[in-house]
Amino acid sequence: MKASKKATGAGIVLLTGLCAFGIIGVVVFVMGTIIAGGHGMMTWKFLTSAPAQGMTAGGIFPAIVGTFFLVLIMSIVGVPVGTITAIYLSEYVRQDSWIAKSIRFAVNTLAGIPSIVFGLFGLGFFIQFVGRNMDRLFTPEGQLVWGQPCILWASLTMALLTLPVVIVSVEEAVRAVPKELREASLALGATKWETIIRIVLPNSITGILTGGILAVSRGAGEVAPILFTGAAYFLPHLPTKLSDQFMELGYHVYIMSTQSTNVEETAGIQYATTLVLLLLTFALNFSAIYLRYWMRKRSLQ
Amino acid sequence: MATQTDLIPRRLLQTKPRLRPLEFVAEKMLALVAFVSIFFIILILIFVFRESLPLVIGTASDDIGKVSIKRIFDAAWMPVSNHPQYGLLALIIGSLKVTLVSMCFAFPVAILAALFTSTFAPKWAKELMKPAIEILAGFPSVVIGFFALTVLASVFQNVFHLHYRLNAFTGGIALSLAVIPIIYTVAEDSINVLPKSMKEASFALGATKWETSLFVLLPAATPGVFAAFLLGLGRAFGETMIVLMATGNAALISPDIFEPVRTMSATIGAEMAEVVFGDAHYNMLFFIGVCLFVFSFSLNAVAELVVRQRLMKRFRGSV
Repeated sequence: MKASKKATGAGIVLLTGLCAFGIIGVVVFVMGTIIAGGHGMMTWKFLTSAPAQGMTAGGIFPAIVGTFFLVLIMSIVGVPVGTITAIYLSEYVRQDSWIAKSIRFAVNTLAGIPSIVFGLFGLGFFIQFVGRNMDRLFTPEGQLVWGQPCILWASLTMALLTLPVVIVSVEEAVRAVPKELREASLALGATKWETIIRIVLPNSITGILTGGILAVSRGAGEVAPILFTGAAYFLPHLPTKLSDQFMELGYHVYIMSTQSTNVEETAGIQYATTLVLLLLTFALNFSAIYLRYWMRKRSLQ
Repeated sequence: MATQTDLIPRRLLQTKPRLRPLEFVAEKMLALVAFVSIFFIILILIFVFRESLPLVIGTASDDIGKVSIKRIFDAAWMPVSNHPQYGLLALIIGSLKVTLVSMCFAFPVAILAALFTSTFAPKWAKELMKPAIEILAGFPSVVIGFFALTVLASVFQNVFHLHYRLNAFTGGIALSLAVIPIIYTVAEDSINVLPKSMKEASFALGATKWETSLFVLLPAATPGVFAAFLLGLGRAFGETMIVLMATGNAALISPDIFEPVRTMSATIGAEMAEVVFGDAHYNMLFFIGVCLFVFSFSLNAVAELVVRQRLMKRFRGSV
């Protein structure tokens, strides 16, 4: 009896351990494969030149620039909105009030909506509704400027998608600001608003930064929302205004590996582009993890 | 008689706070921005639905003629042909097959791994597992899709001697890579927040470590595990890029998981770029989007309301 019990126990530990180490193994394997396939192509020239010869040669510079502008505009819109929501949630409303509950429910729902639905929304709302009406008002008859896919609409769609990421991260940081600091500020005669601007915000700046970085990492990796809101297959020039289309790293990986005229020949480019995308999200994620770790350590002291 | 009140300047005793316009405006402005999330949830529903409205009210049409919402019961999904057909059955089956494969694989693996790290694992294994899960969660879905398309598909074809390189099974396994971190994180959290006394009581009664984890901790964490299941399911059902790249995208009606499938999300992703705006096909793609939205919304509502609030109370008592 005792022996069989021990054997069962060992079996369970082995099984669960196998699952855990299986996951680690898969992560290492995926990364290894992509590094092995892509590192040969990863040169400075690859990163800084445009695709050439019908996208069978050359680099990915326009895709890098496009991704950069996409996440930049996205952050400019998304980070302030997310930060304000988080501050309002933690500073102004009681946690059990219906306002807090419904905002929280909305944020969780937003986080659970499939990314392709955000793409549809970007098309149906930003392009077909907002853009078309802007064109009706501001653009000469018969021309389309805003009523078509472009980097502005793609960025706004992405900002909406990454909003929950920012909110969750900032809220954690705002809550970590010691209560005594707020009370000291209020006791000195500062108003609530002054306390938030002078005490709460500066003390949660790492959290805001972490939220922004995580959002950028998520935004750089998502492709489904920009499939039909602004990403372009190939563009001879870089985006110069908000109504331009753009190339993007993730989208580049997708089209190169599924719709390229010669998938075999461009395998190197595909691996290298994937590697760039992977390294980018890694660098972002790890700096966010480090910042969060640093923040938690500081708040414990 | 001098009461205490007389000793304190009257100014400080004013019960009514002074009117501060800046404070008032600031709070209202913040509130306005904070409602953006709620506002946009409603906008998403309205505007995704709006583009599929012609189907519902019967004004949608294609090259042949009027298209009503009943056409979702057509025999096949062939929106681009001389006789377009808009049957969603093939796409629903496709989504279900891929989701089933991925959940059957991801759920047990993630739960067992969570059990391992929260109860059995030595410290170094925990320290190794944490970044691994973070990395896996950080993989862009297009990277997983690319890996599945170029590596996984060939490996599976050689190992299992599959007829089709890209199929529901390959797509499902690739999809599970995206689902595992979600299930693992939520499940591990819900095991870790259990009160320590639970574990200690079980040990005190003579239970071994594995008995405690399997018969005490896991049952107590059931609401969290259920929530993990729902969240994983939502992600698997709605994920686009991985299935778009790794499932072969053929709208077949068949029970075989080793045949190519076309899922609902992948259909939108693949066809929206080439569709004629305002056409019945266009409306139909948005209708599929409405279905995905409603599905994920309900899953989230169940996870929120039932699991987090009711079940947690019942399972944990008043702890």
